[in-house]
Amino acid sequence: MASKTTAKPSRTGKRAPGKNGAPGKRAAARSSAAARNSAAPRNNAAPRRTASGKAAASRRATSHAEAKPRARLAQEIVIEGAPIDAPTGAQAIAPDHTPRSAPSATPLVPHSPRPAPAHGPELDTQREIEQLLYRQSELLDAKLWQDYIDLFADDGVYWMPVAPDQTEWEGSPSIFAEDRYMMEVRMGRVSHPTAWSQAPMWGTSHVIGNVVIESASSGAWVVRSRFHMMELRRDTVRHFGGTYRHTLVRVDGQLKIKLQRVDMFNAQAPYDYVLQVWV
Amino acid sequence: MNVSQLVEPDRVHRRVYTDQQIFDREMTQIFERVWVYCGHDSQVPQVGDYYAFTIGRQPMFMVRGKDRQIHVLHNRCPHRGVQLCGNQKGNVGSALVCSYHAWSFHLDGRFRSTPLPHGYDGTRVNADNPDCSVKPAARVDAYRGFVFASLSASGPSLLEFLGEARVAFDDMCDRSPVGEVEVVPICHRVIQYSNWKFFMENQLDALHPSVTHQSTGVAAGRVEKKIKEATGAAPLYYHYLSAFASKFEQWDAVQTINFPRGHGILKAYMGLRPQDPDTRAHEAMLVEAYGAAKTEEYLSRSIHHVLVYPYLSVQSPLQQLRCLRPLAPGKTLSEIWHFRLKGAPEAIYRRSLWYYNLVNSPATMVNADDLENWTKGQWGLESDGGDWVSFHRNYGGDTEDGGVVYSNKGTSEAVMRNQFRAWSQYMADAQ
Repeated sequence: MASKTTAKPSRTGKRAPGKNGAPGKRAAARSSAAARNSAAPRNNAAPRRTASGKAAASRRATSHAEAKPRARLAQEIVIEGAPIDAPTGAQAIAPDHTPRSAPSATPLVPHSPRPAPAHGPELDTQREIEQLLYRQSELLDAKLWQDYIDLFADDGVYWMPVAPDQTEWEGSPSIFAEDRYMMEVRMGRVSHPTAWSQAPMWGTSHVIGNVVIESASSGAWVVRSRFHMMELRRDTVRHFGGTYRHTLVRVDGQLKIKLQRVDMFNAQAPYDYVLQVWV
Repeated sequence: MNVSQLVEPDRVHRRVYTDQQIFDREMTQIFERVWVYCGHDSQVPQVGDYYAFTIGRQPMFMVRGKDRQIHVLHNRCPHRGVQLCGNQKGNVGSALVCSYHAWSFHLDGRFRSTPLPHGYDGTRVNADNPDCSVKPAARVDAYRGFVFASLSASGPSLLEFLGEARVAFDDMCDRSPVGEVEVVPICHRVIQYSNWKFFMENQLDALHPSVTHQSTGVAAGRVEKKIKEATGAAPLYYHYLSAFASKFEQWDAVQTINFPRGHGILKAYMGLRPQDPDTRAHEAMLVEAYGAAKTEEYLSRSIHHVLVYPYLSVQSPLQQLRCLRPLAPGKTLSEIWHFRLKGAPEAIYRRSLWYYNLVNSPATMVNADDLENWTKGQWGLESDGGDWVSFHRNYGGDTEDGGVVYSNKGTSEAVMRNQFRAWSQYMADAQ
């Protein structure tokens, strides 16, 4: 805005008109007349609104209107910047122009990282959980579908929501939402000789890391980790990354998956082709 | 180019699927003229809410104005061409403001202001010059909450364009006791590496399911049987999948109805009126709202899905809608939406949601094999291994009555023949 701009005399601008770069009286008069008259000459850079308190600054800002070309080039313009809370740019034009959605009230994955314990029985649990996750990755990459399904408890669920704020695996659109029965359908399908999309060379490589036990209570653990999956299909490589959140329980002494939630980093992007099996 | 030489009554030349010039002409003569689906009214409930999409090759958006009307505008600032809406959806507040030089516009696209407006004194930039406003779609209209726009000022009205295919929206909305649906604000988007016509032809192709989807149909049938044996009854959604493995003869009994302009209907085959408590509660609501006779009329429509040619497939009994946005001769984006029946029981929504997730999600066990076929089909048609695509099945065996073609056999390729009849008319208009 004009009121935020001042023209200072250049070190070499000896011919800048007026004292301290301010316009001469004639120019000031013309400037304020222009401010009242919307039909001002085009080259007179009149401010749109000249509030009385800002008149002086406005006059300073318009000083170069009268300057001769060489003097104008020699002027050093210093933009002072608006007060930190003043509306500027697009906000000055439409104060409510805020085309961003507010942050979701429920964060994607509530962050409550606990540092891994250095020793003791908890460390054994941490290691046991990590081994389970590594095994999961190996089974998926080896296409040992039944062994992968067997990692789940009888009431276990594999769930990939579309949006991070989804909290229930049933009742809203998902990319995957499968109990063990539906996982059996998927396994049966990809193993069937006429699963045409399984004919091309196809494989994955999972890497898993950042394994953090978020909570542990009476035989149930919530574990957050990060995955990166590279997929080769025909001649194309795709990359998928994101967050796993496993709810684990102990069944007959074995850790089992009660819920594997997969928040794909690129879940809301258009899918080039489709995902054939669990990530 | 003489497109009439590429389409014969019983076959078409492969170039109609692969040729860039033909694709460009399709955009100009079909997609950028006909009524194209923008979105549902409930996608932009608040003033300033917008949703961006394309009509043909044109980036557009719809926005809710202060007058509560939905305006459909080109996503382009008239100053330097910068897109005004930078996300797929959002809210722009009380005005559209360009991110480059803060030219601003009313929500109906009219010029509003620029910073330091005297900079334009004496120029052609002023509120009365339409070149200074955001260019609107030539025509905007809605049918039962579904918003369409046409970039052509002339041509049939929306209702004329939809013709009998408007039953898609009636069939969906009439299943609500208040006659309305609302969008589920999550959209599955999948890119297909094939020409848009593969999808449209496939939708009413009753021969392909038991070939393409056999693996999923058989696997789902086995688990369905296992659950039945264990618990007495399997959830309906297993049948959604197992039905794909029906015999050829069964598919041949499912009729297609083919309308002018390429629209069409595949009649129902999944048996979506079970007599479980949820269904009965839903039907009782409809009887309360509409009376027994109307309810029966609404629920006895035999529809699997309805095609609005050249880009929309509406599966009204399960509230699904798939909209194509062609990107290139061999690349097509599909936007897949789901709707809730206002006032209907939650169980009815959840039942239809299983179809949305299992068949239409990016991890679909069904379309995965369609995409495989269409990709391979596109590659085959790009080759010099042959020039013609055959649509001979049941050729001469259909019944035509008043411009409507009824396939006497479900697997008749009447569907493709009818679509290309419309395609030829649209494309010939150009010459």
